[in-house]
Amino acid sequence: MHHFIDRRANPKGKSLGNRQRFLRRARENIKERVDQSVRGKSIQNGSGVPDEGEKVTIPTRGLKEPRFFHSSKGGLRRHVLPGNKDFVVGDTIKRPQGGAGQGGRKASEDGDGEDEFSFTLTQEEYLEILFEGLELPDLVEKATVETETIGTRRAGLTTAGTPNNLNLVRTMRNSLGRRIALQRPTTKSQRDLEEQIAELEALDERTPPQEEFLEALKKRLEGIIRKRKVVGYIDPLDLRYDTFVPEKIRNSRAVVFCLMDVSGSMQEREKDLAKRFFLLLHLFLERCYEHTELVFVRHTHHAQEVDEETFFYARETGGTIVSTALEKMKEIIEERYPPDEWNIYGAQASDGENFGNDSVRCKNLLLNDLLPVSQFYAYVEIVDEAAEMLLNNPEAGEDLWQNYREVKAQAQHFEMQRVSQPGHIYPIFREFFLPKVKGAQYAGS
Amino acid sequence: MQAAETARTPLFDGPEWTFELMGKARDAIEEIALGDLGLDVYPNQIEIISAEQMLDAYSCVGLPLMYQHWSFGKHFARDEALYRTGRQGLAYEIVINSNPCISYNMEENTMAMQTLVMAHAAFGHNHFFKNNYLFQQWTDAAGIHDYLAFAKNYIAACEERYGPMAVEEVLDAAHALQSQGVFRYGRPPKPTREELVAMQKVREGYESGQSVLDIWTDSTLGRDKLEMVEDADYSARRKMMNLPQENILYFLEKHSPVLEPWQSEILRIVRMLAQYLYPQKQTKVMNEGCATFVHYYIINKLYEQGQITQGAYMEMLHSHTNVVMQPEYDDQRYSGINPYALGFAMMQDIRRICQDPTDEDREWFPDFAGNPDWRGVLRDAWANYRDESFIQQFLSPHLIRKFKLFTLTNDAELPNLVVSQIHNRAGYKAIRRDLAKQYDLAYLEPDIQVTDADLRGDRELKLTHTVRDGIHLDEDDQEEVLKHLRRLWGYDVRLDAVEASTER
Repeated sequence: MHHFIDRRANPKGKSLGNRQRFLRRARENIKERVDQSVRGKSIQNGSGVPDEGEKVTIPTRGLKEPRFFHSSKGGLRRHVLPGNKDFVVGDTIKRPQGGAGQGGRKASEDGDGEDEFSFTLTQEEYLEILFEGLELPDLVEKATVETETIGTRRAGLTTAGTPNNLNLVRTMRNSLGRRIALQRPTTKSQRDLEEQIAELEALDERTPPQEEFLEALKKRLEGIIRKRKVVGYIDPLDLRYDTFVPEKIRNSRAVVFCLMDVSGSMQEREKDLAKRFFLLLHLFLERCYEHTELVFVRHTHHAQEVDEETFFYARETGGTIVSTALEKMKEIIEERYPPDEWNIYGAQASDGENFGNDSVRCKNLLLNDLLPVSQFYAYVEIVDEAAEMLLNNPEAGEDLWQNYREVKAQAQHFEMQRVSQPGHIYPIFREFFLPKVKGAQYAGS
Repeated sequence: MQAAETARTPLFDGPEWTFELMGKARDAIEEIALGDLGLDVYPNQIEIISAEQMLDAYSCVGLPLMYQHWSFGKHFARDEALYRTGRQGLAYEIVINSNPCISYNMEENTMAMQTLVMAHAAFGHNHFFKNNYLFQQWTDAAGIHDYLAFAKNYIAACEERYGPMAVEEVLDAAHALQSQGVFRYGRPPKPTREELVAMQKVREGYESGQSVLDIWTDSTLGRDKLEMVEDADYSARRKMMNLPQENILYFLEKHSPVLEPWQSEILRIVRMLAQYLYPQKQTKVMNEGCATFVHYYIINKLYEQGQITQGAYMEMLHSHTNVVMQPEYDDQRYSGINPYALGFAMMQDIRRICQDPTDEDREWFPDFAGNPDWRGVLRDAWANYRDESFIQQFLSPHLIRKFKLFTLTNDAELPNLVVSQIHNRAGYKAIRRDLAKQYDLAYLEPDIQVTDADLRGDRELKLTHTVRDGIHLDEDDQEEVLKHLRRLWGYDVRLDAVEASTER
């Protein structure tokens, strides 16, 4: 009546219901931490949310499972412990500090002794909480421009090769194994023997047993020397070489230009919104490309390439000339990112203000220089929450908006949207990327 | 056994397992387990699962079916985090006290490990479940699956009808009282005549077709009964409500003035499962000791008979030694006494005392020292003891010396800890007693009982915590649990601490 059952093919995620209940229960705590983590997160180093998910540590309040249990302090307790070394009855030991002592085990009966609880959110769960309440669509894999180069790839070990590829560790390991197996005498044993012989030979007179012993030693030494010759220290058999094979490498690299207006009108809120957008874009592109780089360009009335820290947190004052940033981007592309090797993405965030008739310049720069080499370019205008009129009416807007509208009319892979709160980011991101399939083809063809 | 000494061909060679090989290995194990050791087991159902499924099983206290609750999700998240970061490995198997006996084996195990695991779980634990008196008397191995299925569906149906939040509230509260939801000494009281009549009435009503949720419950009976109370004086209440009552969940289920029938039923489910798992909590050392002893005996036998290769044997021994390792108290790895180590050592020791007793053994264990039937002695021990009584009865001076056990007394009134006993002649008995006490759940868990509730009066629920050895309850958690308790009782709840009368 015994039998085996193969359960491996059973549907996965049996505990999904439990997990959802848990996340709902912990939602507030988690959201707080996720928001914190976004603010504190570096887009490039932490690379947003890794594929395998984001580790969050949340306070256990609301997640405690209280029980009646004995306090770890006070009272009279006896503990039986193994491994007595030198105690005798009546020995005293200082009570361990922190009150935990031996009773500590009871205090954290079900592992809840700590105030914090760490676990891993999947990428989807993380994004869902980040862009609260919105459903994650299936982001379709986009056609990406790929170039191919020939590179080399390690391909294990061989027994023949050039000396510069010699793999020392493997070779010595083989040599050691062989020497042990074939019982090659060590240098030390040879030297010891030689010393013994020399000692005996140094004697002026030797008794017959000593003579005999000397002969025997000499014979042994001869044997050892012969054996050491026969069993080499390193034998051609031991040699191992690294090998490399040429390989076509799909060169899918992308660079994301984050352009942001940092003039005085961009406050903490605006920057936070922009950051969420950049983060999402980077996350998305990371999934599409093997290698992505980020370039941060901030501008007031002049533009600068800066690191992420400065980009988001440093203050700068001055006027607002948007075209400087575009110029800078163009310059950087020319310098470092040849378009035939890199997929170039641009993302620009601003509050929509621009100086005088600079917006026309922006339009021309985009149309003539940037868009032809870019895969995609997104413009996000961050407006006041109160400015509903602007949100609902794409036709209304300042100079920059109007000029960009003209750009959009001419280029399919240019997108623009307005946002006023974090909840908007995800939907507009989605809007951006659904039609992007066309944009990519346009740029690729 | 003697006839089996003829060399056989190995059952398997190589690490990969297949169902065919596992079948062969199981037959070979069975031959030794039943024929040689004389074990008596439930039919086995061995299931192969993946790591993720193992984590699932972990989070649901190892049960194959479980109702849904966030705390299981929390445990899953924690175990998964520990597993992913490599700070905690997964068990090779989980075994369930049921008939047929289900054991889960991990797919990642090598064939050698699968063999070891089968010997351990499908025969060792299985025998223990089927024969130990606690399991026989307190659990229903044949019915547990149906009960779990009922519990899961019932709670799912409640969630649908009353909303997940309402159900969660009751479950949270019930979980908080889980360890106060078992009968430790007595069985649940028999229904009184009035109750039997009421039950009959409900059953008749049930016949006329009810919805799923109207399955009769004891709680629906409690209600009628309450109205029959004529005399509300204390002794009558005591009699009527079976006070004092150690099983708080049971008491609430029967007597809470505010619970709806479905809520009482949920309390009942939680306490039934707590009661089902209670024997396992009381027999960790014995259960693991029995299983480890059985697998150790079987792999050695298989190896002697040439049924496993030397490589496989080495792999098994490697894993075996890891399992029974006991770090000493000052070792960084020390985290209490390893039940596998203690249990295995005690089983081996019993065999040794039977086969090769010293004078000391004869003095300490006159009933079985030198008994040629060591298998019988072990089977008898497995059947009739729990950890506390087993240690009290069978821990030998030899083992106390081997483990170098000593007792450390921690008296809050003294500035330092004192070594009160060591492994010498004067200390054996005391150490054995102290160690046995460490496995006595009735001592480890707080003794909290319902002592009074005047439903005609202020309706305050009075609980008494009997304080032993000056050890009080943890205050933060106590407050939290009382909040849950108030929710279930509906009125005020008071918990008094009373010093245990005398005897230390």
